[in-house]
Amino acid sequence: MKKIKFEPLHEELYYEKLSNGLSVYVLPKDGFHKTYATFTTKYGSIDNHFTPIGSAGFIRVPDGIAHFLEHKLFEKEDGDVFQKFSRQGASANAFTSFTRTAYLFSSTSHVEKNLETLLDFVQEPYFTDQTVEKEKGIIAQEIRMYDDNPDWRLYFGMIKNLYEKHPVRIDIAGTVESISAITKDMLYTCYNTFYHPSNMVLFIVGPVEPEKIFALVKTNQAKKSFAEPPEIKRKFPSEKPEAYKTKDTVAMNVQTPKCLVGIKALPGDDSGKEMLKRELAVNVLLDMLFGKSSKNYENLYNDGLVDDTFFYDFTQEQGFGFAMIGGDTKNPDELERRIKDILFSAREQKPFSDTELKRAIRKKTGFFLRALNSPEYIANQFTRYVLNDMNLFDVVPVLGTIRMEDIEKIGGELLRGEKMSTFQIVPANMGQKW
Amino acid sequence: MAAISESVKEMKGFKLHLIKTGKYKTNTFIWKMKAPLTFEDVTIRALLPYVLQSNTKTFPSKALLSSYLDDLYGATLYVDLAKKGEYHIISFVLEVANEKFLADSVPLTRKAVELLADILTNPNVNGNSFDRETVDNEKRTMKQRIRSIYDDKIKYANFRLIEEMCKDEPYALHVYGKIDEVDAITPEQLYEYYKKCFAEDEMDLYIVGDIDEEETELLVDEFFAFPERLPRKAEATRSINREVQEIKEVQEIHQGKLNLGFRTNILYGEPDYFPLQVLNGIYGGFSHSKLFTNVREKNSLAYYVASRLESHKGLMIVMSGIDSKNYGKTVDIIKEQMEAVKKGDFSVEELEQTKAVIKNQLMETLDSPRGTVEILYHNVISDKNITFDEWLQQVDATTRDDIMRAAAKIQLDTIYFLTGTEEGKNEKNQV
Repeated sequence: MKKIKFEPLHEELYYEKLSNGLSVYVLPKDGFHKTYATFTTKYGSIDNHFTPIGSAGFIRVPDGIAHFLEHKLFEKEDGDVFQKFSRQGASANAFTSFTRTAYLFSSTSHVEKNLETLLDFVQEPYFTDQTVEKEKGIIAQEIRMYDDNPDWRLYFGMIKNLYEKHPVRIDIAGTVESISAITKDMLYTCYNTFYHPSNMVLFIVGPVEPEKIFALVKTNQAKKSFAEPPEIKRKFPSEKPEAYKTKDTVAMNVQTPKCLVGIKALPGDDSGKEMLKRELAVNVLLDMLFGKSSKNYENLYNDGLVDDTFFYDFTQEQGFGFAMIGGDTKNPDELERRIKDILFSAREQKPFSDTELKRAIRKKTGFFLRALNSPEYIANQFTRYVLNDMNLFDVVPVLGTIRMEDIEKIGGELLRGEKMSTFQIVPANMGQKW
Repeated sequence: MAAISESVKEMKGFKLHLIKTGKYKTNTFIWKMKAPLTFEDVTIRALLPYVLQSNTKTFPSKALLSSYLDDLYGATLYVDLAKKGEYHIISFVLEVANEKFLADSVPLTRKAVELLADILTNPNVNGNSFDRETVDNEKRTMKQRIRSIYDDKIKYANFRLIEEMCKDEPYALHVYGKIDEVDAITPEQLYEYYKKCFAEDEMDLYIVGDIDEEETELLVDEFFAFPERLPRKAEATRSINREVQEIKEVQEIHQGKLNLGFRTNILYGEPDYFPLQVLNGIYGGFSHSKLFTNVREKNSLAYYVASRLESHKGLMIVMSGIDSKNYGKTVDIIKEQMEAVKKGDFSVEELEQTKAVIKNQLMETLDSPRGTVEILYHNVISDKNITFDEWLQQVDATTRDDIMRAAAKIQLDTIYFLTGTEEGKNEKNQV
């Protein structure tokens, strides 16, 4: 067990990699009532083309299978794991992203029992033909729910515009058609390949004693036997740096149009601090361009082109990345033009002052401190960073190293017309009032 | 040891609530204003906080105010509107970093109190009128905010259920007000309404963080002084007995949104309130509840299905997303499960696990500044004095008989179904 101190933040992190390959992190939080634990595998919706454990050839699995598997791990021969957690006063959940599947609980009592339950239910799969069939109806309703959500459609519409081949363009839950092909054998194949402890991270944050937690986890893991860690080979199609499509529009049953401008940001091969710095620099750049304190935002707002739904965001993982800017607007074409103008002039004119840079960095620092109030944020983000060889607690020091040259460099790389795309949602039947 | 330490002080025209805790990296300031929810004032009241948070005399534009917030290490400011029973509540939430975690020590607490006072008491006013351009901008955004309810079908269905269910009661109103009343509001009227609020509303300031109580009280006293007032009380409107109404609305959507509204006839602080909480947990509040188990797990009819309480209004709302063709079957199951609860048809295990999860949920709420304040504020809304520990004990002490007694009071009032057409036919296909 290794202890890492983050002095200015008054935080201590305990870490150990167990003999079966599982990475375990414990962050004690005094004064908090709840303990929050996540058990995460580096396996998400993009991992659809790989060599299954014990086999040399590549296979391709149906869209949405990682998410389907996430649902199915909760069902056991003796019933539903939700029931067990609630008997122990915990609330449990799970989520699947592009690159990860995470199982979690939070509880203010019986933490050790709940932690055992978390480890055991994730490590003891139970899939049958019957339970797999039953889940298809439930997930179909989940997919339909998202189909009716215009913000989700906008977000995914943009990703599909930017990426031509990379599986990030696949809906995380798949489609009603694609999930109909899923069988219990496919679930076991994916499970056995990606749920090996060496591909997983356990993170526990709360009012806990690290020694006790490590002892519990080790005893639990020692009872189980695992195959040798598989070498997981994933295959991803190569993707050109330019946006796949320049523009797309979908009509939906909404009253207000929506418009997003996206920028395709294929990452380099960097990881660790380099990758973190790049991520933070893009965030700072977007803040300076579109933050509430920027002249640009004020102009867009006063001209009636944006409202409080306006947002900007940058996502990067190994193999893909994108920035998005936009929101609800009465005039989606005009908003598109204005956002692009702002992006192009930022590239050409070096428009920022040192005061603005300093302010944006301060803002990010404050955001980070606020985020550390949240055990959920710490566990989820820390895990995401670890799986990309980054460290969450490097955020403040790395922010301090960002210089204007870094911003200009990243701006020069990203703010190019050929990387940009627009996605709009427009009302299907204008004129309908309620 | 009590789970929350709250000290309450009578100040000039408002109450100050100090919640001292060392567990956060920030200090949080929440200013709450409570007034009866009324047909006449709902729209102007919804507009006011957004105008106040846009700018001030000191920071006369959005950009200047936001820059100042950024300079205070990314302090965040937002406003929130809520409907609690017969009251329309405005919240201003300001959160700033605790300077002890920063390299340079700036007196952020003082600056935060000063800024909050600036926003509340030094608005961008010329003579007897708010700044016209600010008001125009916020009116436009507010209309947009109201329109956007239509675009989120889950929210829309929930709003429509309440609107139908509580027709002729103020509770039918949306917290954002009525879209066709926005244009007519003038900057002068808004300023009149502003003065009225600060003279008559019940006001509470909550401060959560690692603070020195005496110093903070002095600091707050230095910046805030309002005339004394007696809080205005709203008349509680009680349930009308009637046949269950069934309302269907058709839109081009992929999934039907099914919402059912029950009258619980039990309000926060009444003796049956805690049994009602446990009842709601057994019925639909959690993923072990009867609704989740029967509608989702046994019959694969839905992805989400849950019930929740409107504690200060005496409502229980069930919401779900289903295939339109399964309407009848789903409604039957939701009704059957309510009958089961009424008959006491639940196991000791269901009862005990529900209590465990409710207590856990309450304790977890205390791990966020905002959650802590929401729990404490229940007592202000209801004019009761129920401590957090009492809440936990009452949940624990609830028996099967208590639940059946509470259940006997619950009546189904309205079934609202936003039904889809075939697969959203009018929609242009995505390529």
